[in-house]
Parts: sequence; structure tokens; C-alpha cells
Amino acid sequence: MRDASPAKIYALHIGVIALLFALNFVLPDYHQGLFARIMALAVFAMGYNLLFGYVGMLSLGHAMFFSAGLYGAGLTVYHLGWGVPEAFVAGVACGAVLALVIGLLALRTSGVAFMIVTMMFAQVFYLLVLYFAAWTGGDQGLVIQQASRVITIGGASLDLTNPTVRYMSALTLFSVVLIATLAIARSRFGRVLVAIRENEERTKMLGYDTVANKLAAVVISGAICAASGAAYALLFGYVGSSFASVQYSILPLLWVLLGGAATTLGPLIGTLFMYYVTDIASSFTSAYLLIVGIALILLVLFAPKGILGSIRQRWLGWLP
Amino acid sequence: MHFGPHLLLAALEGLVTSAVLALTALGLSLVFGVMRVVNVAHGEFFMLGAVLAWAISTAIAGHPAIGFVAALVIGPLLVGLVAFLAEWLVLRRLGYNPEGTIVATIGMLYIIQQLALSFYGPEARPVEPPFSYRILLPWFGYSGYKLSVVAASALLLVLTWLVLTRTRIGLIMRATQYDRETAQAFGIPVERVYAGVFAIGAMLAAIAAVLIVPISQAHYLMGQDPLLLSFIVVIIGGLGSLRGTVVAAILIGLSDGIISMFFSPTLAKIIATLVVAMVLVFRPQGLFGTTQR
Repeated sequence: MRDASPAKIYALHIGVIALLFALNFVLPDYHQGLFARIMALAVFAMGYNLLFGYVGMLSLGHAMFFSAGLYGAGLTVYHLGWGVPEAFVAGVACGAVLALVIGLLALRTSGVAFMIVTMMFAQVFYLLVLYFAAWTGGDQGLVIQQASRVITIGGASLDLTNPTVRYMSALTLFSVVLIATLAIARSRFGRVLVAIRENEERTKMLGYDTVANKLAAVVISGAICAASGAAYALLFGYVGSSFASVQYSILPLLWVLLGGAATTLGPLIGTLFMYYVTDIASSFTSAYLLIVGIALILLVLFAPKGILGSIRQRWLGWLP
Repeated sequence: MHFGPHLLLAALEGLVTSAVLALTALGLSLVFGVMRVVNVAHGEFFMLGAVLAWAISTAIAGHPAIGFVAALVIGPLLVGLVAFLAEWLVLRRLGYNPEGTIVATIGMLYIIQQLALSFYGPEARPVEPPFSYRILLPWFGYSGYKLSVVAASALLLVLTWLVLTRTRIGLIMRATQYDRETAQAFGIPVERVYAGVFAIGAMLAAIAAVLIVPISQAHYLMGQDPLLLSFIVVIIGGLGSLRGTVVAAILIGLSDGIISMFFSPTLAKIIATLVVAMVLVFRPQGLFGTTQR
């Protein structure tokens, strides 16, 4: 079922990217901004999906990786006056290092204990952000000025506050990560990860170092989530402690579950769907958390495979 | 005030925290022990108890004690009913799958929290204590109600322990906890036991909330700290061990009271959370727990 020609699969993904590119010129202003945000956050969901979907490890602490990127990029710009590219790299590096440390500790546990441990480390991170409010801005957050969000290469300068530049930057990051996760999912490494999800003992017995593979997955997942956070800080110019709260650990889980775990395009579809559902719902009720709650329960009861997961099961077995 | 009396005050405050925490954590521990379900919505059952206590006690006129007693009886029963329905409608249909139940209870957390915000509002509201007697110590006066909370909690803990170890119901619960399938083979209605345990767990949290609400006010976000602290207590005490839960609750409550009186409460929480995460990483059976089956 899974042996579709690679050409067909890559054509589908490039088609999605081309569609998103074309949407920039069609969408009204408000939706253009919303789409840029959705693409930046879909990267977060894709990073989460790598660990949750492919390795089957449910983390309740990914907000710390996202906000490591967010603060890694935001604080270096705000306090040290770094340029955008350096700050982005700093954010991703912060996330990767944090993921390495957390991975080394948390991978000693599994299942329920892994969820609770990751949630607690994320809580520590959140409280640290509040505790060092003098630097982080605490729950009020910091606004990164427009002047420090301009990339200057040679003579040309790119202003990230310009809607089109912002949209294209988000799309670039999204495309790179999408193709990267597709490549990972189709690689030998990706197959080992799925094997760990299906039966860890057997994979170990076949001679694979499951701990090293899981650690690599945690670090890559953390780095992708941090890239999303760093991009978010630089594109939208705000860092705040709410991004480190437990809610931002649960949102990627919701997006991935909705779109379909262990599908490459599921995170985008889940994020897009959830954003528009809450956007439409919030126009007539302020109770948007109620909708998130009901969505989570209905999903886990009736569609545990998510939108793309169900489509793959019924009709398109070749979807990666 | 000198250091000694200051420390005594911190310890008394910590003891009140411990008493409420022990009840809340016991509910979480029972649900996890018997059903193997991590109930993320546990803190919201606590909040629901407090909010219902406010609603019931303001609806009943007369002496505050009448309203309080009514709240102490009706509030937890209503919360138990909500939990029973949640178990029946959602958790049972998931087959108690650990990951599915976590996602579902996160969903319940959001639903209960949002409903409380919509119907109760964002304000923090006080409930009048049933009596206001101050015990005069040589250095300061201390609320008699706070000490009665400690006594009530201790009484309930002993009662739960007696039910678990000395009655037929307790025997059935322990049998289900020990081996679900064998229990079922011996004719124990496992599903009914699960529904009952989930409701009792939520009711314990609600009772704790009704007891604390005259001291700290009812607010729709008040469930978050008890949830985290209960997790901490249950993990340090060892999952499913009643004695461990009580010891850990006293330990955490006292140290939380003392550390937050002398240092920043945020720092106290950071240290406690980090210590617990490390305990879970390096000693998963908890400090006092027996090794798991």
C-alpha cells in the first residue's frame, strides 16, 4: 500500500507548497496574516508529530521547546541587539540543547511517566520565565521593535513586518521543514522510529539502539519546535510567558491528533482547521476553550486517527 | 515577630495546605491506583467543588454554618455525579487506554473551566466560614476554622483508610486494583467499580475544595495549582500508596508553606517541581512506594 512512486508523493507536497505560495496573492489581508501564523505554528505541530506520531511518545511539555526558540531568538535580539539570522540560529540551538538535556533525563521513563515528567520540566521552564521576569518580561512579555526585525543582505533589506515578506518567510520555513519531515519519514531512520512505536522490544532485539534513535528524535523534534518559536518571535515581534504555559504543550497535540498523527501533511491540516474553527467560533462566543475541549474528546472517541489518518485508511493508502 | 513564632505560623499554614492537599491527592491516587487513569481534570473537580460551595452557600439564607454544611454535602455529591457521567460517557468508551484517557481528561479540563468562566465569571468570591473563633496563642491569634480543616481532613483520611482495608467495598476495590481480569472472573462488576472510584476520587477533591474555600476564595482557575501539587504528592508518595500520599502531602505542604514564607513562592514551586521530576526519572516507584507489579 505504501509503495507509491516517490515522484507522486513529492509532487503532492510540492503542489501543496505551490498552492500556499499562490494563496499569498489571492488572500485578503486578514487571512494572509492568519495563514502566516498558521504556517509558523504548523512547523511546531510537525516537530511535535515527529515524536508523537512516528515514535509514539506523547509529550506534554513541548511548549518548553517552542518557547526556548521563542526566547532564544527574542531575547538575543532584544537584549544583545543580534541580527535576525543569528537570533534564529540561537533560538534553534537553544531548543536543540534543551531537548538533548531533557531527552537524556526523560527517556529513562516511558508511557505515563514520560508524559508527567515532560509536563513537569515544561512547568519548571514556565516558572523560570516568570521568575526571571526582569529579563523575559514575565507574563507581560516583550515587544520586539520593527527596526530590529529587518534582514540586511548586501544592499537589499527584508522587512519582516511587511505582510508579504512575513508570509513568504513563514512559507519558506514551512516548506523546508515539510520536505525534511517527508525525507525523515521515508528514510531508514524514520522506519526505525516507526518500528520503535510498533514494538520497541522487537526493534531492540533486531539490533537497533532504540534509546539513541529516540534521543535523536527528541532532539530533532525539539529543534523543529524551537525553529517555529524563533520564527514566531521574529515574524510577529512578541515573546511572552503564555507561550511556555501548559496550554501550548496541549495545542500541538490537538493539531496533530486532528490532522492525523504520523502523516506529513496532517499537522498543517490540523492547525489550519483548528485556527479557522476557533476564529469562526470566537466571532459569536468567547468560550473558545469549550470548543477545544469538546474537539479533543470527540476526536479521541470517534476519530483517533485524525482527518488525514482516516483518509489514508479508507481511500489513499499511499499517503506518507 | 521573632523567628520562632514566624516559623510556627509558617508551619501552621503549611499544615492547612497539607490537609487539603492530602485529600485532593488521595482522590488522584485512588483513580490512578485502581483504574490506571491519569486524571488531568482532577483539579477542575476541585474547582467545581469550590464554585458549587459558593453557589449553594449564597442560595441558603440564615446562619453561615447552615449554608456551609449544605455545601459540604451537596457540592461533592454533584461533583461526583459529573465525574460519574464523564466516566460513563467518555472514559469507559475509550477502554481506559492510558493515552486516550489523558487526552480526554484534558478535554474535560477545558470544558469544565470554560463553563465555570461562562456561568460563574472571572471574579474570585469568598464563602463565609461556618464559625469564626480565634485561638489565642502567646504570639498571635490563629483561626480556629483553619485548625478544624486539618481535623476534618485527618478524619476523612482515616475513614478512607478504614473503608479500603476493613470493608467489603474496599476489598473489591483492592482486588480490582491488583488484577482486573481475575477480579472480573470472580464476578466483580469491574466497570461499576471503576465508575464508583472515579466519582469518589472527584468527590474527595470537591470536599477538599469546600473545606478550603472559606480560607481562599473560589475562582475558576483555582484548580491548576492543586492539580500540579497533587501530581507531585502522588509521585513522591508512590502511586497508589495511601500512607505514602499522606506523608508526602505533609512534607510538600509544610515545605511549601515554610519556603514560600521565607523565599519567593515561584522559587518554591520551581524547586518542588524539579525535585519531583528528578524523583520520577531516577526513582519511578516514588520515595515511599513499594515496587510496582
